[in-house]
Amino acid sequence: MTITEKILAAHSGRDKVSAGELINAKVDLILANDITAPISITEFKKIGAGKVFDKDRVAFIPDHFAPQKDIKAAEQCKMLREFSREYDLGLYFEVGRMGVEHALLPEQGLVVPGDLVIGADSHTCTYGALGAFSTGVGSTDVASAMATGECWFKVPESMKFIYHGKLNRWVSGKDLILHTIGDIGVDGALYRAMEFEGEVIRSLSMSGRLTMCNMAIEAGGKNGIIIPDEITEGYVKGRAKRAYKFYSSDSDAKYVEVREYDCSKIPLTVSCPHLPSNTKPAAELSSVSIDQVVVGSCTNGRIEDIREAAEIIKGKKVSPNTRMIVIPATQQIYLQCVKEGLAEIFVNAEAVFSTPTCGPCLGGHMGILAKGERAIATTNRNFVGRMGHPESEVYLSNPAVAAASAIKGRIAIPEEVL
Amino acid sequence: MILKGKVWKFGNNIDTDAIIPARYLNTSDPAELARHVMEDADKDFPSKVKAGDLIIADSNFGCGSSREHAPIAIKAAGIQAVVAKSFARIFYRNAFNIGLPIFESDDASVKISQGDEIEIDADGGVIRNITKGETYKAKPIPPFMQELISAGGLIEWTKKRIKAS
Repeated sequence: MTITEKILAAHSGRDKVSAGELINAKVDLILANDITAPISITEFKKIGAGKVFDKDRVAFIPDHFAPQKDIKAAEQCKMLREFSREYDLGLYFEVGRMGVEHALLPEQGLVVPGDLVIGADSHTCTYGALGAFSTGVGSTDVASAMATGECWFKVPESMKFIYHGKLNRWVSGKDLILHTIGDIGVDGALYRAMEFEGEVIRSLSMSGRLTMCNMAIEAGGKNGIIIPDEITEGYVKGRAKRAYKFYSSDSDAKYVEVREYDCSKIPLTVSCPHLPSNTKPAAELSSVSIDQVVVGSCTNGRIEDIREAAEIIKGKKVSPNTRMIVIPATQQIYLQCVKEGLAEIFVNAEAVFSTPTCGPCLGGHMGILAKGERAIATTNRNFVGRMGHPESEVYLSNPAVAAASAIKGRIAIPEEVL
Repeated sequence: MILKGKVWKFGNNIDTDAIIPARYLNTSDPAELARHVMEDADKDFPSKVKAGDLIIADSNFGCGSSREHAPIAIKAAGIQAVVAKSFARIFYRNAFNIGLPIFESDDASVKISQGDEIEIDADGGVIRNITKGETYKAKPIPPFMQELISAGGLIEWTKKRIKAS
């Protein structure tokens, strides 16, 4: 079996499952945010269960339109708060404690290797980086699981992606996943598990791994997953709030497709509007002017990402034609940025340094684009209207390219500014 | 169940931001969401669409976010069903969970044109194009999904399950 199949089997009380089978499995953690939880709450109450299956395994995180951007958003956040009080939820994260959900939960050791996690947010697939099975579902799925502790799944077929060789300078997990999506398309892994491996993955930091698994959904994948190793152990040790288990794939595990990449040929990569699969080498896009730069999100808002952007922009200024918004994904990352002097670097560079929020990634608040404006962002989607006006544009990149672009006021690579 | 109506045609990779832009997600009120359905794919769509109409699209319909607001907006606008070559997986789950009929059919997706009058026999999986006089086959709906449909969606299915245990 593959690692995905083993985790699903273990959670459905079976010795073995195979691709295509429909199972009901026990979940270790359920999450929802201020956009998706209100529907979950309404639907949960219709079930009439009286209580949630386990008050310490339901996480409500107001992060999308929080700090509350308007009255309606405040009403939605209030629903989460009141439900959490009424049902005594142990994992409600108020503004001031919250962070972008998929950065916050691994950081706090609330998702661990071997877990089965569902979330009413498509980027729930992020936790595959820890060797967990995690996938995005709808609000009603979450409502049902809140009552029963279970969820239905079709066991996915697995695709294997092997990354050989050595990464070029500044090339990161973000470039690998953008390149891969560019290769297979936005439905190239539809309904499937994406298993990432190879010597490059084995030496990739947890931050890079989280970025890769985070974007599995942008290829249509059900989950992204990486077999846990000593890097995983180093990350979860001291954080994990529960016992964890490392699973791996058997040597005779079945894959519907195996794709191999020579990383020496993967350049700094940018996804052009309006699909994540519309990739081009960053170096070929130097004529594209940029109005706004965003560094942050569940994809690239971790401390390593912010450090990378800071390294590029230190001692320089954001172009007068451009604005730059830096959003650490959690309070802990924010504080770390302050301690390391990164906040100061950005403010001195005349960039905005913001409190954690999903904010502009989905066109919520904190940096919305006007008609005809163009952004480069370390986020995950560049669909029409994603960051604002339907006639605005988003280019996706890693933090180093985003920071270099902020200095130049056009898409640029780090070598141009260092 | 027979679903009969006029067709609105869309292309491939219609994402959830096109179906219901995030700027409207500070509410989950179905009627309010319906007022902006498919707005970023066709800004006049909310005023053109009529209750009883159907959507025909190409592949990977509903890709992107997990937002259930997408199938909710479509359903609340009175759209009876969506037919596509394929659906993104969370949208697929959501549609069955909330009771929006969806059908997968390569033939229907290619051959049906904007404005055609069609009739879907949901139980038989047959799509008839009244305008063109053609018939297409939809992929069979998996048994578990049929169970969800006959229960009246995931919430009713869950209630039954809790009662039975």
